[in-house]
Amino acid sequence: MLQLLQVHTKYGQVEALSGISLEVRGSSLVALLGANGAGKTTTLMSISGILKPSSGKILFQNKDLTQLDTRKIVDLGIIQCPEGRRIFGNLSVKENLRMGAIRRKDKRHLDQAFARVFEIFPLLKDRISQAGATLSGGEQQMLAMGRALMAEPQLLLLDEPSLGLAPIIVDTIFEVIQRLKREGVTILLVEQNAHLALEIADYAYVLEKGRIVLEGSGASLRSNPDVERSYLSEVPEENL
Amino acid sequence: MSAGEYLLQQILNAVSIGSLYALMAIGLSMVFGILRLINFAHGDLIMVGSYTTLLLLLGGTPFVWASLAGIAASTVAGLLMERFAYRPIRGAPDVAMLLTSFAVTIFLENLAIILFKATSRAFPVPALLNTVVSFGNLQIASLNIISILFTIILLFLLTLFVTNTETGISMRAASQDLVAARLMGINVNRVIAAAFAIGSFMAGVVGILWSAKVGKVDPLMGFSPVLKAFVASVIGGLGSIPSAVLGGYILGALEILLQGLLPANIAPFRDALVFLILILLLLFRPNGILGSAEKEKI
Repeated sequence: MLQLLQVHTKYGQVEALSGISLEVRGSSLVALLGANGAGKTTTLMSISGILKPSSGKILFQNKDLTQLDTRKIVDLGIIQCPEGRRIFGNLSVKENLRMGAIRRKDKRHLDQAFARVFEIFPLLKDRISQAGATLSGGEQQMLAMGRALMAEPQLLLLDEPSLGLAPIIVDTIFEVIQRLKREGVTILLVEQNAHLALEIADYAYVLEKGRIVLEGSGASLRSNPDVERSYLSEVPEENL
Repeated sequence: MSAGEYLLQQILNAVSIGSLYALMAIGLSMVFGILRLINFAHGDLIMVGSYTTLLLLLGGTPFVWASLAGIAASTVAGLLMERFAYRPIRGAPDVAMLLTSFAVTIFLENLAIILFKATSRAFPVPALLNTVVSFGNLQIASLNIISILFTIILLFLLTLFVTNTETGISMRAASQDLVAARLMGINVNRVIAAAFAIGSFMAGVVGILWSAKVGKVDPLMGFSPVLKAFVASVIGGLGSIPSAVLGGYILGALEILLQGLLPANIAPFRDALVFLILILLLLFRPNGILGSAEKEKI
């Protein structure tokens, strides 16, 4: 479904991605792991067209995305739920969700999209007219994901959905991720919490300094001693 | 005139001048909110609109039509400014954008000097804007009433726009987080153009009211209003519409208050005192009255 071929992306003067190749098959969940600054977010921002690769190809259903505007990439069904949630704090929950559906042409089905998001995250319905900034961290993550789901993504790019959240909220979020996967949404998941990510991932890539250093099925990476040493020994503090 | 009437008179004066500052500050603030650009050329949109109106008036066009054309000219000028000066350098460092706005100012002002000479010209104020209405002992300039009325209408329409239309909500979203807005698929070009169009439209309205107030136009007439609008939006907290409006009215009230309180020999330094108060305010509230500390953006 999605293929990155030798993608190089510069972030300012620094080359943040030095030739990344990876593949995400339809209806699968692929995890992208790595330390801070390894290039995970840069990879997602390159797919979304916010950052333009200096070379390489990003193919989605065999169509090259590298020359496309972010809007066109959204139109293809590639939706990103960015790191740090980045909800619109001054906008109400409803307005935030509406922004998620902004490229949808079929505004008639908007009610259905709202209903679906509220079914997945019932909490959001209770907060519908509250400003995004007044929500708790967990609620904001739900809003960010709900906003992405409003567009009915074919490929969902999830950047650090568990970052800074209480364990119980992380569980909720990961249940939703698994549910989406069951419903056929293809997911590329960036996570610092490698334990959690490898548990639900079909396949995973490990990034280091802008290169892929390791790849394999979720299960095989979990039992890989290198991964164990570099990424699984350190459980992020907020998830203890 | 009783003390109460005097007070009411001064309040009206403050609200009326504050209205003009608020309308100008909105334009500056909306653009700053999205682009982090302080568009000093915003003041020159006043000049563009006022000269257009003046030339049409001199040509015999009725005031209402001349004003509408003036407002349209400001709006078009604002859109052209965005398209040809700011869009090409979007994403450049803030300083580059600020310098570009100075360049646009210098360009427009010198163009006006070449076309219309550096001297000021009388602005023929129609009777409607030039009468004094009496309520008992209270004397109110019709211009003040009209300024306040127009501002209320424009603020009402703007509020409807930013809360009820998709473009309006997108505009607020973009001013909060431009990258997140792009990730939603928001058409950033359209949102930015809309912000310029609305701000420039309001500058056009201010231009006519301002010209009617001072009774003349000149190529550099935009300088003082844009500076005041800048102060107003900084007082309120740069980047949001409510703060711009609040800042506009506070600045208006401050000026009228100082004018009323200061002895005659200090009165000429009123603006200096206003800036002093601004500096003091910023020492305690660096992000303005309504502003909150800004988060770092990617």
